[in-house]
Amino acid sequence: MLDPKQVEHVAMLARLALSAAEKQAMTESLAQILAHFEELEGLDTSDVEPTAQVIPLPNVLREDVVEPSLSTEDVLANAPRQEAGHLAVPAVLPERQGD
Amino acid sequence: MATWDTTGHAAAAALRSGEITSVELTSAVLERVASVEADMGAYLTLMGEEALRQAAAADRRLAEGNAPPLCGIPIALKDVLSTAGVRTTCASRILEDFVPPHDATVVTKLQGAGAVVIGKTNMDEFAMGSSNENSAFYPVHNPWRLDRVPGGSSGGSAAAVAADECLVALGSDTGGSIRQPASFCGIVGLKPTYGRVSRYGLVAFASSLDQIGPLAKDVEDAALMLQAIAGHDPKDSTSINATPPDFSEGLDAGVKGMRFGVPAEYFVEGMEPGVERVVRAAIERLAGLGAEIVEVSLPHTSYALTTYYIIAPAEASANLARYNGVKYGYADLDARDVDELMMNSRGTGFGDEVKRRIMLGTYALSSGYYDAYYKKAQQVRTLIKRDFDAAFADVDVLVTPTSPTVAFELGSKTQDPLAMYLSDVMTIPANMAGLPGIAIPGGFSDGMPVGVQLMAPAMEEARLLRAAFALERELDVMADAPAKVV
Repeated sequence: MLDPKQVEHVAMLARLALSAAEKQAMTESLAQILAHFEELEGLDTSDVEPTAQVIPLPNVLREDVVEPSLSTEDVLANAPRQEAGHLAVPAVLPERQGD
Repeated sequence: MATWDTTGHAAAAALRSGEITSVELTSAVLERVASVEADMGAYLTLMGEEALRQAAAADRRLAEGNAPPLCGIPIALKDVLSTAGVRTTCASRILEDFVPPHDATVVTKLQGAGAVVIGKTNMDEFAMGSSNENSAFYPVHNPWRLDRVPGGSSGGSAAAVAADECLVALGSDTGGSIRQPASFCGIVGLKPTYGRVSRYGLVAFASSLDQIGPLAKDVEDAALMLQAIAGHDPKDSTSINATPPDFSEGLDAGVKGMRFGVPAEYFVEGMEPGVERVVRAAIERLAGLGAEIVEVSLPHTSYALTTYYIIAPAEASANLARYNGVKYGYADLDARDVDELMMNSRGTGFGDEVKRRIMLGTYALSSGYYDAYYKKAQQVRTLIKRDFDAAFADVDVLVTPTSPTVAFELGSKTQDPLAMYLSDVMTIPANMAGLPGIAIPGGFSDGMPVGVQLMAPAMEEARLLRAAFALERELDVMADAPAKVV
């Protein structure tokens, strides 16, 4: 039910670079685990509400007022790359050929 | 008895009577760490100098009087808890050099209480694992036998407590990560009710399941530690707004007349006979104390493991999206574009098990599979929770084994993820239902500790601790325990 193409697709969705050996191992171990997931199919849950979290808390809101927070310096202290007080990343859009 | 071989509450009494100072106690624990750590691997970061400064400050506070119970007590923190200015790695390469700008709320509370932090403990990477072998740095060894795992994912905290490398420690429990290693290492491990302890500053794994709790040498210490960390926190929107009771009060009230449920589904094939023998004997001793023992059924128990391995990876795949080489953590600085930066930073930074769970979770949430996996698992989660609601309509506390086996050999399950996952089959249900659970030593099988697990309804930690205290005193397991090797 799970082929290497699907593994590649999921790895792309998860933004995970996997080596060829990792893809192979992942295909095998995920297939083994997913086979166990099928045991839930036999359980009738048609009238059962899903539980996302166990404590019946309503949304918790606070007044919309500015409170002390971390400084830009503190926030950027762990940044692999920064520029002029901002996080920096390489090109988001690929350079077009021939421009 | 060596100075470091003591409990938190005994040390607290000695600190108050002037028998010892926190600097002396902390120095003794640091010496103990120095002498056994090469065998143990329990710590990732040691904070010796800072610990001695904290100890000196604690001594001044103790001299003034009215210091909180944990003042001057050497503790350890699982390296999943953020510590301002001290690296917090989650035992992952991707966070190897990460130094948080903030403290977790539990860390702030413990420092406010005067506790002395010895260091940050080893763990399975991002708390994913049951043997501590998924640490990106080095494995932890079990102090009862060095060729055995300490359990996981809070294996470093459990081993550090068991090997007297601290007096008490904090861990986190998403599917058993406090209780299972406590069981493997012969100590007490408590997972509080979901929402009882703030998760602010706990590096998130599965947010609807994660909970911070103590690993301790006895139930009294677990109660003291829970007291220090429990309570509402506006910084965690799932934190319950209720004032915690006094968890030490009534600890010794006994279990006479208390109703203990024994769920048949927890005594199943695959459990080691030695584990069953110890747990059944403990149940008989409870009956001897005047407790009522009742057979109960939690019919959906066998589905909990599968449900967990859909929900926890799904939540993890979302939570771990933040490690992308942009804000903090390992980054592939040679990447040519932003996609390559994210793919390569994550591909290199995460270990095998973390990648496997991100893949599982991404798959379960992906278009076309969401209803079949994620929604279905959430519905089964409802059924699991209803099982507990029905059982607790009839009994006060549930009593079960903590794990189907004693601590296994290092390397014996690393190639078989499913066999590894089974190690948490008895602890996962409490996380699915948000209930408090505690593991306490029940005895030994082949020279290795066996943990008895107790579970109570949500918010009933006081009841749980009272039951655990009575059983601990009745069994007196450590009185004729085999010797540890460290």
